[in-house]
Amino acid sequence: MKAGSKLEQALVEGRFAVTSEIGPPKSVDAEVVRRKARLLRDHALAANITDNPTGVVRMASIACGLMALQEGMEPIVQVTCRDRNRMAIQSDLLGAAAMGIKNVLCLTGDHPSLGNHPQSKPVFDLDSLQLTQMVRNMRDEKQFQNGEELNPEPRLFVGAVENPFGHPLQFRSVRLAKKVNAGADFIQTQLIFNIKRFREWMQEVRDRGIHERVYILAGVGPIRSAGAARFMRDRVPGMDVPEEVVQRMAGVERNEARKEGIKICVETIQELREMEGIAGIHIMALEWEEAVGEIVETAGLKPLPMRLAASVSPER
Amino acid sequence: MIVGEQKPLDEIRDQISPFKKVLILGCGTCVTVCFAGGEKEVGVMASTLRMAGAVSGQEKEFLEATVKRQCEWEFLDQVAEQIASVDAVLSLGCGIGVQAIAERFPKVRVYPGLNTSFLGMPVEQGVWSARCAACGDCVLGRFAGVCPIVRCSKSLLNGPCGGSHDGVCEISPDIPCGWQLIYDRLEVLGLLDTLEEIVPPKDWSAGMGRGGRSIVREDLKI
Amino acid sequence: MSTNGFEPQIVAFCCHYCASAAADLAGSMRLRYPPNILVIKLMCTGRIDLLHILRAFEGGVDGVMVAGCLEGNCHFISGNTQAKRRVQYAKQVLESIGVGGERLEMFNLSSSEGPRFAKIATEMTERIRNLGPSPVSRQKKEVVK
Repeated sequence: MKAGSKLEQALVEGRFAVTSEIGPPKSVDAEVVRRKARLLRDHALAANITDNPTGVVRMASIACGLMALQEGMEPIVQVTCRDRNRMAIQSDLLGAAAMGIKNVLCLTGDHPSLGNHPQSKPVFDLDSLQLTQMVRNMRDEKQFQNGEELNPEPRLFVGAVENPFGHPLQFRSVRLAKKVNAGADFIQTQLIFNIKRFREWMQEVRDRGIHERVYILAGVGPIRSAGAARFMRDRVPGMDVPEEVVQRMAGVERNEARKEGIKICVETIQELREMEGIAGIHIMALEWEEAVGEIVETAGLKPLPMRLAASVSPER
Repeated sequence: MIVGEQKPLDEIRDQISPFKKVLILGCGTCVTVCFAGGEKEVGVMASTLRMAGAVSGQEKEFLEATVKRQCEWEFLDQVAEQIASVDAVLSLGCGIGVQAIAERFPKVRVYPGLNTSFLGMPVEQGVWSARCAACGDCVLGRFAGVCPIVRCSKSLLNGPCGGSHDGVCEISPDIPCGWQLIYDRLEVLGLLDTLEEIVPPKDWSAGMGRGGRSIVREDLKI
Repeated sequence: MSTNGFEPQIVAFCCHYCASAAADLAGSMRLRYPPNILVIKLMCTGRIDLLHILRAFEGGVDGVMVAGCLEGNCHFISGNTQAKRRVQYAKQVLESIGVGGERLEMFNLSSSEGPRFAKIATEMTERIRNLGPSPVSRQKKEVVK
């Protein structure tokens, strides 16, 4: 075991893992995090705690991660390169690991110009690959980014993300391989609505044998309405929402839309489960955490991975 | 070249509002080529400020001059007399010009008329585009002659982020994705496999954030 | 403010191939147009520069018109459309310093439109007469006093 997190244990044991996501509040309202943690803890093994998502200032991901931990939800703390340089990130990670956080997800981060402080100075001292490598080296080489010794080292299970729908498409599996070479233990993907494109990408991933070197958790999420589908298609960078999905959402009565969104999500999960090389599912509910339980149950992802995990003795 | 653009007129008028006699000083090099601070722009600025002064009933005098290069003291010395005769200088040079004036004439009040925008080039008539971040540690050799520091919004060194779509950046459809440009160039040159290598964190210490950087060439000293 | 007895001074930058010829034609047709207009002939309105327009106002004129060929008919292909963009920019500058963008206007006409030139000249004179003296020249005159 590299970090001994429940997520790592489940993946190592070959259990189909389910992770989800908690968005921190735009205030000091800790109850928001605690409530979401309680809502998700019986359905997911671990939950991402986002780091100022879309460049909007929110409560610190590490602080929220600790609150989730207190509520019995294992956190995957997200770290972006947008707001902190290599010094701040390392110091934050030492603190996080010391406080019992065991999973970290390394991302580039959305550009600040898309967020609520567009005049701020973007940092991007590192990119997500260099960040991934730095965290891996902190753990495995026991050294800081500058090469100085780090003892005792943070035991962190290192995650990274990939967007199979980003351009240039041909580069996306190469980038995944780079992230794995940099030290990613697991990968979460962008929300998948275009299954056809995702299949192509997975084929490339398998052709390169990457799926045997990393745990890939496929990203899914329920769409709430036809409007939300259109918004994601047209306005969210890096999203690929095919016309047929928009049509399906538009084709049902308004009050049936949420049900349809969950249905699409469950169908997607079932298709993904059949794919070789998919180690689990990452459900991004986007402020609709109530839906996660239903999705997990309907998709047949129970018995609860969380409870199973709890029965495993927590050793490294 | 250094590319600049004129500051908003209100800001310029604000800066020079306490002064009666102002020298508008242009520069004959980069900012002339980008139509921001050459002889003609000095004329336009002087005419505009004179009329603005006349309309608001202020009695102000504006002198006009343009030197070959504001960033070299030898050229500034040619207008030393005019500079000595005014209450303030409004420089239409880049930020270097403004500072060269400040250093050469310690008692002179000098104000910028331009915002120095970037190091770049004209890509079509009336359009300029950034090409260099003066990072002090050039990586163009690795990236087929396209700079990821300045052309990627996030200065990424290991490939495009997930927001690259149809060749444009996630932050605006008007900004080409720098990494798509790099990718396309590498493809043409048959060098795509070089992208599989992990580029280590950059040494940013050669660039910004170190106070006044200097280059000293002993062989050239007199 | 009274405009009684005010006779505006207007400079008309006219293209050799159209507006200038139209002005001549208006003359040979013995059409009347106000004597307030001072025609400056250019080979093309593409020659017009922001500086020309500003210097005219700074020199004390009350209005400026730029008259070029009909769009698509420029002898130099795109001179008149370039002039249009420059005039638009100059209007903003004049507006921002309190001279007023409406004191500047661009017109497009052909060489055969003598009567239209007379009409445009009359309308522009009327417009400026209503606006009154340029604030630049007004202030200057007061300073002279």
